[in-house]
Amino acid sequence: MNTSSRTTVIANYVLLTICALVAIYPLVGVFLASLYPSGPTSAPSGFALPPTFEWHNYVTAWQQGKFASSFRTSFIVAAAMVPASVILSVIAGYAFATMRFRGSKVIFYLFILGLIIPTEATIVPLYYDVRAMGLLDTYWALIILETSGEVAFGIFWMRAAFLAAPKSLLEAARIDGANSWQTLWRVMVPFARPAILTLTVLCFADSWDEFFLALVFTINHMTAPAGLASFSGRYTQDVALVSAGAVIVAIPILIVFIFFQREFLRGMLTGAVKG
Amino acid sequence: MDISPNVVQGAVSTVGKRARRWGKQDKRERLPGEARRIAYLYIAPAFILYAAFNLWPLVQGANISLFHWDGVSEGTWAGLSNYTDFFTDPLIREGYVHVLQLMVFYAVLPIALGLFLAALLSRIRIRGLTAFRLLLFLPLVITDVATAVAWTWVYDVDGPLSTFLRAVGLGRLVPAQGWLGDFNTALPAVGVFGLWGAFGFCLILFLAGVMKIPASLYEAARVDGANAIHEFFAVTLPGLRYELQVVVVLSVIDTLGTFDEIYVMTSGGPGTATSVPAYLVWRRMFQTSQVGSAAALGITLMLIIFAVTWAINKLMDRWSEDE
Repeated sequence: MNTSSRTTVIANYVLLTICALVAIYPLVGVFLASLYPSGPTSAPSGFALPPTFEWHNYVTAWQQGKFASSFRTSFIVAAAMVPASVILSVIAGYAFATMRFRGSKVIFYLFILGLIIPTEATIVPLYYDVRAMGLLDTYWALIILETSGEVAFGIFWMRAAFLAAPKSLLEAARIDGANSWQTLWRVMVPFARPAILTLTVLCFADSWDEFFLALVFTINHMTAPAGLASFSGRYTQDVALVSAGAVIVAIPILIVFIFFQREFLRGMLTGAVKG
Repeated sequence: MDISPNVVQGAVSTVGKRARRWGKQDKRERLPGEARRIAYLYIAPAFILYAAFNLWPLVQGANISLFHWDGVSEGTWAGLSNYTDFFTDPLIREGYVHVLQLMVFYAVLPIALGLFLAALLSRIRIRGLTAFRLLLFLPLVITDVATAVAWTWVYDVDGPLSTFLRAVGLGRLVPAQGWLGDFNTALPAVGVFGLWGAFGFCLILFLAGVMKIPASLYEAARVDGANAIHEFFAVTLPGLRYELQVVVVLSVIDTLGTFDEIYVMTSGGPGTATSVPAYLVWRRMFQTSQVGSAAALGITLMLIIFAVTWAINKLMDRWSEDE
């Protein structure tokens, strides 16, 4: 390797490093800020370590921000929404990928349309629908609405995954005398396991991040992001505590990201139609 | 709504192409040939749920949008006036102007920067790319509301940005109300937040695309004596057209629906300096009791998103055909 190309290589790494630093600076900064002494007089600069590490801020933020309640909501909603979305998507995606039936194209397009219908277009009537069903401020409102939105992406995703299955798999199953339901669970689902795992991870991320629906439909059953928004609105003067709250809300998704990086990258790069 | 089939086709062609690009071929012609009516049973649960909470509300919303209604008392017939407000209501116009300005930060800049860097980086093999990818992905992965809270602090009058400017002797630039409290800086400040969130995603997507471009194309270009700029327009840019199409569509849809960060960082303020259409829907629905107008705004926003998605796909498809 000659010198000029080595210079290029080094310049490229410097460039990438700068990009990475810009990407994580606000995150590291907010973490440092969360450890400053709390109170309106404390002003974390973002460039220095805190004078003392106030880990107790996390306990205070957890209590003042009522995160026990909002985390419970977020986990309950995700625990219902993720399996429901994945199972409905797997079943419907399988039909779209392997069966021929009248209207299949139109129905599939209708689902795809869901990828670009903004929630703002449906939120007004949905509010009155949910109220009429007596579901305002319940877990059910979030579970049902999140699932109904998620299947649009899920079906698109699973259909593509099942289409990639070799035809011989289906034929072998048929020769063995399996009906379509057995073929799905015994042959296709095991084949598409990586895609299903990716979908599961993306569903969880979508559910954990959901803010607009929680804002509109819940008061006492806020999700973690909605709880954080309300906390930061009430404690604008206390940078350390609000920062601790932001870190608390980021932690679950961060853990999932660390454990499922591959799924995240694949899902977001190849399938993040909804962003 | 006769544009929708085309929009859908656009969306399908985008995703379809991407699927192909990622090696998942559309094997429709190889499907088991027999018709299966049982398919409806497989699709029914998802479709009923989806139709009830995504399609039917569009019909209801269209109905509500034809009335002046405060959400409580009897509504009065409004005809299309909630829609024609689009052209006469300064608040609505202002919202769309803001969203157009945000688009520079949410779409144009991250795409331009991402392309530029991907082109630079395409000339070498990068070791440790996985680690960089993880770091660059964090802004996108972490909950919007949490990152918006972090940036609210970054923009505080005593926050890192102000502290930094004061340290380098530019303290007079710092607005007295902080960056988000100033009429001139609030919208660009939200924009920079969006740029930060979108940039890493664009770069990673483009880098992944660049690596799929055969090295022989670059070698051929170099043999022809192409410099870096020629090479970019002759090899890199055409090679990235599917990625570009995806990113342009996604980021434009995303910008048009911007809500979370506006709600958290500025509440549309100061005044209405950062008000955007999605925020206006929420505000008219829940704060100013203009429910009919909120419904019309939501449907207008959707139609604009359809139209823009369709137009982008049309343009990008034509470009692909020219190649």
